Amino acid sequence: MSMQSQDIIKRSATSALTPPPHARDQQAEVAKLIDVSICIGCKACQVACSEWNDLRDEVGENFGVYDNPRDLSAETWTLMRFAEYENSESGKLEWLIRKDGCMHCADPGCLKACPSPGAIVQYANGIVDFQSEHCIGCGYCVAGCPFNVPRLSGKDNKAYKCTLCVDRVSVGQEPSCVKTCPTGAINFGSKADMQFLAGQRVAELNGRGFANAGLYDPQGVGGTHVMYVLHHADKPELYHNLPKDPRISTAIQGWKGWLKPIAAAAFFATIAGTLFHYVGVGAQTLDPEQEDEEEQA
Amino acid sequence: MKRKNAILRTPYTVRMCHWLMVVCFFFVAMSGLSWFFPSLSWLNSLLGGPQLARILHPFMGVLIFLFLAYLFMRLVRHNLPEPGDSKWFAEIGQVLKGDHNEELDTGKYNAGQKVLFWGIMGLISLLLISGVLIWRPYFAPLFSIPTIRIGLFLHALAGILLMLLVIGHIYLAFWVKGSVDAMSSGYVSRKWARTHHPRWYRQVTGKKDAP
Repeated sequence: MSMQSQDIIKRSATSALTPPPHARDQQAEVAKLIDVSICIGCKACQVACSEWNDLRDEVGENFGVYDNPRDLSAETWTLMRFAEYENSESGKLEWLIRKDGCMHCADPGCLKACPSPGAIVQYANGIVDFQSEHCIGCGYCVAGCPFNVPRLSGKDNKAYKCTLCVDRVSVGQEPSCVKTCPTGAINFGSKADMQFLAGQRVAELNGRGFANAGLYDPQGVGGTHVMYVLHHADKPELYHNLPKDPRISTAIQGWKGWLKPIAAAAFFATIAGTLFHYVGVGAQTLDPEQEDEEEQA
Repeated sequence: MKRKNAILRTPYTVRMCHWLMVVCFFFVAMSGLSWFFPSLSWLNSLLGGPQLARILHPFMGVLIFLFLAYLFMRLVRHNLPEPGDSKWFAEIGQVLKGDHNEELDTGKYNAGQKVLFWGIMGLISLLLISGVLIWRPYFAPLFSIPTIRIGLFLHALAGILLMLLVIGHIYLAFWVKGSVDAMSSGYVSRKWARTHHPRWYRQVTGKKDAP
């Protein structure tokens, strides 16, 4: 079902002793760069995403805000989130619009949490992709994600999210949102190129008075393959609660980290303990020499 | 089957409840292990494959809780802590060697069995609560993601501790010959009762000071 790929660098629930096929991992890391300062909030990217990926989410209702639909869903993989920010320094109202969706982390919390072998993979180019036929619907990826992105479908109880148009990227095209964006706010290319481009944009924004403009490429998750240029990079929370220092949570780290070896050791120790005890002490039988006057009576 | 001179240790309903629970626990534990240790992911084939196992695991888990709730009601009065229990812990080395210290004068369940009882009851409660927090698609959407993360951690931890307790429980039943009869036929010999649970033996036989 999944496209044959021999450049998978991470595979969910797979032992390091039996790695996924990764003989070809010389690919350049790719990245999508979303320049929030250029975005006009037209939602063309949302439409392009639905069109290319053949997603037909239910037509929702107006909730009194510009966000439409209201939230990401199994059939809405990208969403413009609108925030109104009153800048006390400049005295201006700023309309901060962020295109939300999977960030394609270098260290993906969804992949770490996933218990189903091969249900989540990461390609050498950095794209994190769900292999839905292996998905068991446990929703652990939802809890593992530091950005609250994956969504379980009510139709088939499987998790969905942005694929970074892996099917397009694999054949040398850019993701559909990038292709469609009318203002050029979304760029796509190698991660190094996108970092260079972001540097230029940040310098320009600095020159226009946005002293705290910067690139959002959070290192707590090893960097991401979807990055933002923000006018207020020092306050990413302004952009509809974009986390300042996203990390895989301690509970998930503990659960998938130290708890496993400790549990394995405890199982071995317990089973070995019973073996040593039984062989050492012998079965607890009733003393046959003890006269049982009760039963003879 | 009633045996001459044998003593009923476990009534039919309690035995049946125990064994129905064992069947459920086997499948729930195996599927749980299949997700905790990816190298054991083949274990979820026992419940019909990963997707089906994921659906069935929580329902069977709730069944285990219900069976245990019944066992709790039937057995709790025999498992209340007593002053003599501390002595059992102090003498645990002797107990594990299989030496019978008459002074311990154990009742229906010894202090170690009481630890097992309360351990199982505590852990199954924790498993139920944490399990509801992470149960998709039904209940998990009602809780915040940080809460679900803690639920995931606690569910795994409690599941492992419960399995360790159950391994110990199975071993001890195997080690002390005659114990399995107490849960299969329900009957134990008078000698068994007098040796392992003398105070309980006196209570059921009405003997004041039997040897």
